[in-house]
Amino acid sequence: MQIYLPIAEVSVNAFLLLGLGGIVGVLSGMFGVGGGFLMTPLLFFIGIPPAVAVATEANQIVASSFSGVLAHLRRKTVDLRMGTVLLIGGLIGAALGVVLFNYLKSLGQVDLLVKLCYVVFLGVIGGMMFIESLRAIRNTRRGAAPKRKKHGWVHGLPFKMRFRTSGLYISVIPPLLVGVAVGVLAAIMGVGGGFIMVPAMIYLLGMPTKVVVGTSLFQIIFVTAFTTLLHATTNFTVDVALAVLLLVGGVIGAQFGTMIGTRMKAEQLRILLAVMVLAVCGKLAFDLLVMPSELYSIASGAGGH
Amino acid sequence: MLRLALLLCLAALPLRAEEVVLGLSKDRVAITATFEGSDILIFGAVKRETPISEVPLDVVITVAGPSRPVTVRRKERRFGIWVNTDMVDLDAAPTFYAVATSGPLEQVLTATEDLRHRVSIPRAIRSVGAASMAEDVESFTDALVRIRERKDAYQLLENAVALDEQTLFRTAISLPANLTEGAYKTRIFLTREGRVVSQFETVIDVRKVGLERWLFTLSRQQPLVYGLMSLAIAIAAGWGASAAFRVLRRN
Repeated sequence: MQIYLPIAEVSVNAFLLLGLGGIVGVLSGMFGVGGGFLMTPLLFFIGIPPAVAVATEANQIVASSFSGVLAHLRRKTVDLRMGTVLLIGGLIGAALGVVLFNYLKSLGQVDLLVKLCYVVFLGVIGGMMFIESLRAIRNTRRGAAPKRKKHGWVHGLPFKMRFRTSGLYISVIPPLLVGVAVGVLAAIMGVGGGFIMVPAMIYLLGMPTKVVVGTSLFQIIFVTAFTTLLHATTNFTVDVALAVLLLVGGVIGAQFGTMIGTRMKAEQLRILLAVMVLAVCGKLAFDLLVMPSELYSIASGAGGH
Repeated sequence: MLRLALLLCLAALPLRAEEVVLGLSKDRVAITATFEGSDILIFGAVKRETPISEVPLDVVITVAGPSRPVTVRRKERRFGIWVNTDMVDLDAAPTFYAVATSGPLEQVLTATEDLRHRVSIPRAIRSVGAASMAEDVESFTDALVRIRERKDAYQLLENAVALDEQTLFRTAISLPANLTEGAYKTRIFLTREGRVVSQFETVIDVRKVGLERWLFTLSRQQPLVYGLMSLAIAIAAGWGASAAFRVLRRN
């Protein structure tokens, strides 16, 4: 069934959109990532104009994250306190990111920079997670108890705060900085930033994996809601018809994803996410390295400088 | 003297005496939520008060969507990766363009007439001032035509106009689903030996209607309300799915 999207001004198959939304929703619920880093390139691929894809994707992530967070809240796997600290950092970072983005835009080549950002970050994070999870799985097979770093430099900082749900007593500075960094990247790369946030929480802050997913989703809701409003009021590029189709699939998918996620071991979850992140990274790197079949590209509208 | 002038005028008159009487299967296209493209039948007759000329008549029909500025970029390999390097801003390129003719385009229309009336696809794209941006602007406009032809946004339909008895003509233009709304200028040229002897213009109105219209207007006129509405829908859907699953699991 073809549906004409009023803002994107293209006609697409409704079931295709429902399916895409569903798949990304499952991932969102399982890993606590918004799925933007997967969905946005997929939307480009089916012919949605990039500006509309990025803006609408933000709106869809609000829905799937909200659905996911409710499921996690019921299981008490959301650290609201940690989420709020990260969120404050995230909003500051997002504002900085927008400024930085506009500066890069004035220099040109912003597309390339975004892509390189993706390749580098996805590659580094995916690789790190993959190696670490493999080691963890091997250790549990050998029967060795997983080692936990109890005291690092993170614990020497002032302004300590107790995060009961995460079982942490650490300074608020590292989570704030993580929030800012993710906010900057989220604004530049046009995603919720979950795929950076999740590993940062596990490896930098030492939060338990079970809590990480819900907390990441909690923070993503607000960042993407902010982005949606910004896009709707400045660029007029949020397509609500597209968003509805994606999010109907997305919210249902997120529920299934959460169910699957709770049944899997933390290491397995992490290794799956690592594989997925590496796959997207590989695809983007491939596109940059291999000669494209069409050397020319069209950007409609003026001001494409 | 005056009589001579009048006589000359009368003698010149038959040249312009062929006129187009046009019919359209529809003069408005409504874009609804389930719009899948639309076929438009363009038909008509040639009205004349003189006998049919010896020289055979040809018909050229063009349909052009609203023009928009376009930026075309070209990739080149730099440091091992493919990067956008050169770009050309084109002042105006139609979002949709179709040319239907009763014979091969080069035969039914001379290059001069093509230039004057901007009939063929490359001529329909306006690229004033683009030459200063890159050396080979033509390869950029060629790329634009190539990419849009692949999406059926640009169509060259040679021999697609049926012409009976040098008088009745008809053709069908299929508009793709990805239409931009606006006035679609439709032109009919009658040509003899490649020269335009008569032309006629009309407009097909393409508009979003119903829900499509409402959403589009709201997004432009009340962007904040539109944005908040989008968020409300997202939150409601997220909560709805969560609640529905809880009920399902309990049973």
